[in-house]
Amino acid sequence: MFDAAAGHPAHLQHHFSDSEQQASASKLGMWLFLLTEMLLFGGLFAAYSIYRAWNPEMFYEAHKQLNIYLGMINTIVLISSSVTMALAIRSTQLSNRKLTVRFLVATLLFAAVFLVIKYLEYHHKFELGQLPGKYYTFTGLQGTNPHIFFSIYFMMTGLHGIHVIGGMGVISWMLYRTKRSQFSPAYYTPLEMTGLYWHLVDLIWIFLFPLLYLIG
Amino acid sequence: MDGIPAYNYLSSPKGWKSWLLTRDHKRIGLMYLFAIMFFFLVGGIFALMIRIQLLTPNQALVKAETYNQLFTLHGAVMIFLFIIPSIPASLGNFVLPQLLGAKDVAFPRLNLASWYIYVVGALFLMYSIFTGAADTGWTFYTPYSTQTTTSVIATTLGVFILGFSSIFTGLNFIVTIHKLRAPGMTWFSMPLFCWALYATGIIQILATPVLGITLVLLILERLFGIGIFDPAMGGDPVLYQHFFWFYSHPAVYIMILPGMGIISETISVFSHKKIFGYKAIAFSSLGIAFVSFMVWGHHMFTSGQSELAAMIFSFLTFLVGIPSGIKVFNWLATMYKGSISLAAPMIYTLMFLILFTIGGLTGIVLGALSVNVHMHGTYFVVAHFHYVMMGGTVMAFLAGLHYWWPKIWGRLYSEFWARVGALLTFIGFNMTFFTQFILGAKGMPRRYSTYLDQYQPLHGFSSIGSFILGAGFVVMAGYLIYSLFRGKPAGNNPWGGLTLEWTTTSPPPPENFLETPKITHGPYDYDKVIADNG
Amino acid sequence: MSNHTSTPAPHILPLRLYLGVGAALLFLTVLTVIVSQIPLGGWNLVVALAIASVKALLVVSFFMHLYYDHKLYFIIFSIGVLTLSVFIVLTMFDTLERGAVYDIKARPINPKAAMYDKPNFQSHGDTTKANGFAIPIDSGTTKRDSAGQANPSGY
Repeated sequence: MFDAAAGHPAHLQHHFSDSEQQASASKLGMWLFLLTEMLLFGGLFAAYSIYRAWNPEMFYEAHKQLNIYLGMINTIVLISSSVTMALAIRSTQLSNRKLTVRFLVATLLFAAVFLVIKYLEYHHKFELGQLPGKYYTFTGLQGTNPHIFFSIYFMMTGLHGIHVIGGMGVISWMLYRTKRSQFSPAYYTPLEMTGLYWHLVDLIWIFLFPLLYLIG
Repeated sequence: MDGIPAYNYLSSPKGWKSWLLTRDHKRIGLMYLFAIMFFFLVGGIFALMIRIQLLTPNQALVKAETYNQLFTLHGAVMIFLFIIPSIPASLGNFVLPQLLGAKDVAFPRLNLASWYIYVVGALFLMYSIFTGAADTGWTFYTPYSTQTTTSVIATTLGVFILGFSSIFTGLNFIVTIHKLRAPGMTWFSMPLFCWALYATGIIQILATPVLGITLVLLILERLFGIGIFDPAMGGDPVLYQHFFWFYSHPAVYIMILPGMGIISETISVFSHKKIFGYKAIAFSSLGIAFVSFMVWGHHMFTSGQSELAAMIFSFLTFLVGIPSGIKVFNWLATMYKGSISLAAPMIYTLMFLILFTIGGLTGIVLGALSVNVHMHGTYFVVAHFHYVMMGGTVMAFLAGLHYWWPKIWGRLYSEFWARVGALLTFIGFNMTFFTQFILGAKGMPRRYSTYLDQYQPLHGFSSIGSFILGAGFVVMAGYLIYSLFRGKPAGNNPWGGLTLEWTTTSPPPPENFLETPKITHGPYDYDKVIADNG
Repeated sequence: MSNHTSTPAPHILPLRLYLGVGAALLFLTVLTVIVSQIPLGGWNLVVALAIASVKALLVVSFFMHLYYDHKLYFIIFSIGVLTLSVFIVLTMFDTLERGAVYDIKARPINPKAAMYDKPNFQSHGDTTKANGFAIPIDSGTTKRDSAGQANPSGY
């Protein structure tokens, strides 16, 4: 909305000369932040690569303990949440606030389903003693140090899960702001940035899934 | 007339809340400056305690376990609380928007968040001192760091938090440089300090998250025994070193690049001559950032990594010296046939040139794999990194501080006492650290609380030097603080600089520029413009 | 110079595109699960990563809009991928080659190496140049075992 007293849109901050500059600055900033997330998870991908190269048979045997179908469902769930997130932003671009709200709610629901399935998987592992490091008590796997696989599994999916929870928090806040009519085709940058973040969360899972669940 | 403009960022807006909640990059930069100077003092006190201990081999001051905590704290405080934020967060924050002709950085609220995150991280680190300070060395190598009973977790959590502060500063600067340059200021007409901060920001963004995950893994290993670094559980302690140094080597370029950026500024201004090889200097900053990610293994030549990796890292390490060399030659060429003014900033600049060259060359010495096998873990390494970090970054920081001091406060300091301080610093620094090259070459290991009698003369000499160095800093603090109360008003442009910050009042107004600046010449066009010493 | 009143219209992609990309992603997900059940040895990893990369590119290009954006964002994304690759590859030069030097050291010294044929190889106690390398000789002949392999003391 336009702030007539200030002579510029209400959302425009004073050190920017126009909305376009502000929006593109936000986008650049967000992409740089996503870069840091890629490198953060990247460290765990590196650990995965190194330990899998050192213990290929153990990784193969241990991964069979994971439920491929739950993993696949979770992948489908996250992809769907990315679609609904993208459509939420598109709805705001088309000035359809109600539809934006619905798509954001759908995104949150998909995210919640993801977390529930993850919880079920974790619970199953807790019961069997398939836990990281010194808490590993499962006896059903031969081979050296099968706990390594589960340490890496819990660290990677755990860090990812934390980002899903964080993302849900941000999306909920966007939902609140959308309901208060704070976004419009002229200004929806926070929504767009949230979308970028959420797609990265999906992106990380796109790699986690085959690396953890589909070791051939 | 006082000469200090009434309307400036210090006096307006008023009230302590306006400082605590400020979005003014200049105020944030100033708060960082105070914090950084404070932690330099803290780290320096640890250093002096180390040097007192090493005056004699008798373990006179502290026992060995405490000594381990002393050098750990000295390293952690100096690196994470002082040197990494030093130039970017204080001087960079203050001056970058002005250099670009902008009103503020791209994300002022993120800037303030960055400051508060720094404060929280600092508190964690300070807290860890009182709960059993870590004794692992600032590098937290496994397996000792996973087993020691000292408060490794509090220390590493503090460092983890500080990492976010660093990332947000770098992110902010990159976006600012991309998006907020004044109309007419192209990439190749912006000051070289901006290029340096840009390259630094790239490193901060790419490297710091890896430190984050490294420390998380270390904490998880301590808390839950995940075994990723424990050979008994199929883990690999050397893997920790790969993870750690993947950040910490680029980190040393986070430390030096901004310093080099400052030198590019001061050397041109105080030679009253156009910088030689602008593009070479700009691209060499990017080149350093790029290659810096490929050499971390040179910290690990004796760790047990494969010989193949060691050879590759050694070769790449030689490459990373090239862009630095390009800069040094370009700076010298800038001075050639210039009209040199030996004001305090220039004295520190010249000190930088000498000391950084020594530090950089000895880095190449250490990069030679066969030599490193003998020098690793000795005082040669300690001397090398103090020459580049203190002889390099700190001298550049002081050059920048003395250069922009009149702009920050609107006051000039005493040139005479500045020279006294610089002389003490130079003498003290070389006494302390050149000696350590010799100590290291003679086999004195680092991180030892005592030593064989044969090393005592050199250690004693080095320790005396450290007190002279300390005296130099005391003198510096003295005349700088005095200048705040009794310094002559500086005017807009005491040095005759051509960059945009010198077109405003000293101190500048809160919005930096009352109108959008018009770019009429390049930042170093001394051949075209007579600077207006206003 | 500064335009306070209007913002450019947002770039709106057709609904078909989002649904199409979503469908492609779901299809590729099912595909990668099916292919993972076929034993292909080392190729399973390659195929799985290739499919994941295609999915990633779809998400990045269309959901994250990179296909339509200024090239700068693509460069930023690529730099991230590149840096990560450098980290993994260079680290694996260490982790996969540990102990390799012992295999090299265990190999027999080549008895036909040209340096053994140089006339001044067996010298009189001072350093001699053979093939450009100074070789400190401790005088007399080099001990060779029955297979003709030189066996200098110590190794």
